[in-house]
Amino acid sequence: MSDSFKFEIDGVEVLARRGQSIMQAADEAGIYIPRLCDVEGLEPQGSCRVCVVKQNGRVVSACTQPVIEGSIVENESEEILGYRRDLVRMLYHEGNHLCPICEASGRCELQAMGYRLGITQATKYPYLQPVRPVDASHPDIVLDTNRCILCGRCIRASRDIDKKHVFEYVGRGIRKRVGVNGYNLADTDIALSDRAIDLATCPVGCIIQKGRGFFAPIGERQFDKRPITLGILPVKERSEQ
Amino acid sequence: MKKRIATVSLAGCFGCHMSLLDIDERLLDLLQQVEFDRTPLNDLKRFTRHCDIGLVEGGCCNEENVYTLQEFRRNCDVLIAVGQCAVMGGLPVMRNAIMHSEDPLRECLETAYLNSDKIYNPSNRIPSDEALPLLLDKVYTLADVVKVDYQIPGCPPSGETLWNILEALLAGRPVELTYEQLRYD
Ligand code: SF4
Ligand code: SF4
Ligand code: SF4
Ligand code: FES
Repeated sequence: MSDSFKFEIDGVEVLARRGQSIMQAADEAGIYIPRLCDVEGLEPQGSCRVCVVKQNGRVVSACTQPVIEGSIVENESEEILGYRRDLVRMLYHEGNHLCPICEASGRCELQAMGYRLGITQATKYPYLQPVRPVDASHPDIVLDTNRCILCGRCIRASRDIDKKHVFEYVGRGIRKRVGVNGYNLADTDIALSDRAIDLATCPVGCIIQKGRGFFAPIGERQFDKRPITLGILPVKERSEQ
Repeated sequence: MKKRIATVSLAGCFGCHMSLLDIDERLLDLLQQVEFDRTPLNDLKRFTRHCDIGLVEGGCCNEENVYTLQEFRRNCDVLIAVGQCAVMGGLPVMRNAIMHSEDPLRECLETAYLNSDKIYNPSNRIPSDEALPLLLDKVYTLADVVKVDYQIPGCPPSGETLWNILEALLAGRPVELTYEQLRYD
């Protein structure tokens, strides 16, 4: 094990292998670093910044930043938590998040992140209330982009695992959104069995399986009793819930 | 002296008030500590005195809501937005995201009263009685209109959550919600 070395997360000594990201090493050590765009089984893309940590005093995204030997990583400091709260708030305010009527409520990672960070929805930022399309053309699947946080998990799942390239980013800046590779969803070769449609892929209530909404009663949903953390994300466990 | 509380439902569904009643027999404990001024619970329609705490459910969708909210702000030391509607507009706010035409309010009213084949409206007019408050161009959150001191998310926040917060507020200590008590739905 000559390629393994030590570093520190919030004062805890952690072992890492060369080439590992901070996130990978932390996961293996059982230390949870919050995340939204990163999920088990997909290439990290480092876009949501919720996994922000400080390594040797520099602010970096843990899912894409390689561990530096002997480095000191700050994960749960007040400063870092503040950044994460702001990021999650902005994601909330940027889309149309009506949790009371959302099929994903209770199993949504954005919402769960809000709970974990103790956000009581302060109004520091304006609610943008954008006009965003809902694509219900497909017999089995709905794409409601009102709730999209542009994490790109559907894009990577469809491209790298399903090998279909159904989803892609379109537009730039504030107009950036997720589009489908066709006139609408019904015009693509998407299928319920795709990883892109798996409940564990879309962290929010954007990709919806028709006829499967609200399957767990309130109080028994994924994040009703347990905060989002390690070991709560495995695809299998979530799909069967 | 007992603290005075006022409550009101603006563009809300009264679910948050129902949730307050959900504190069950603790209502009696609450009444030991507070006196209710203007609130639908006792049907007082006007403030009788200045209040310590104002609980407001629902956002603002018409001019009467704005007027009432401003009155609450003037008459309450601590103003609390209760529930998702008050905090971020709630379900009524859906109208903001679907109405981005040149003349959104007209479009909304025409769809509701004139242009749908599901409507029976022989006069073919949009209701415009003086007694009806005018709709605002869009739905506003409480904090869009006045200064709000605290926000309690949830639709509705559970009785437990409300009790926990009121108790802490009355005792003058910081609120600590358990994991289950912070909800956005
Ligand atoms: S996607 Fe998540 S945050 Fe958005 S409305 Fe649904 S439950 Fe709420
Ligand atoms: S549809 Fe879902 S998975 Fe795809 S980018 Fe939007 S939030 Fe992420
Ligand atoms: S937050 Fe929910 S329960 Fe409260 S007024 Fe609005 S819709 Fe009703
Ligand atoms: S999880 Fe690292 S940037 Fe999104």
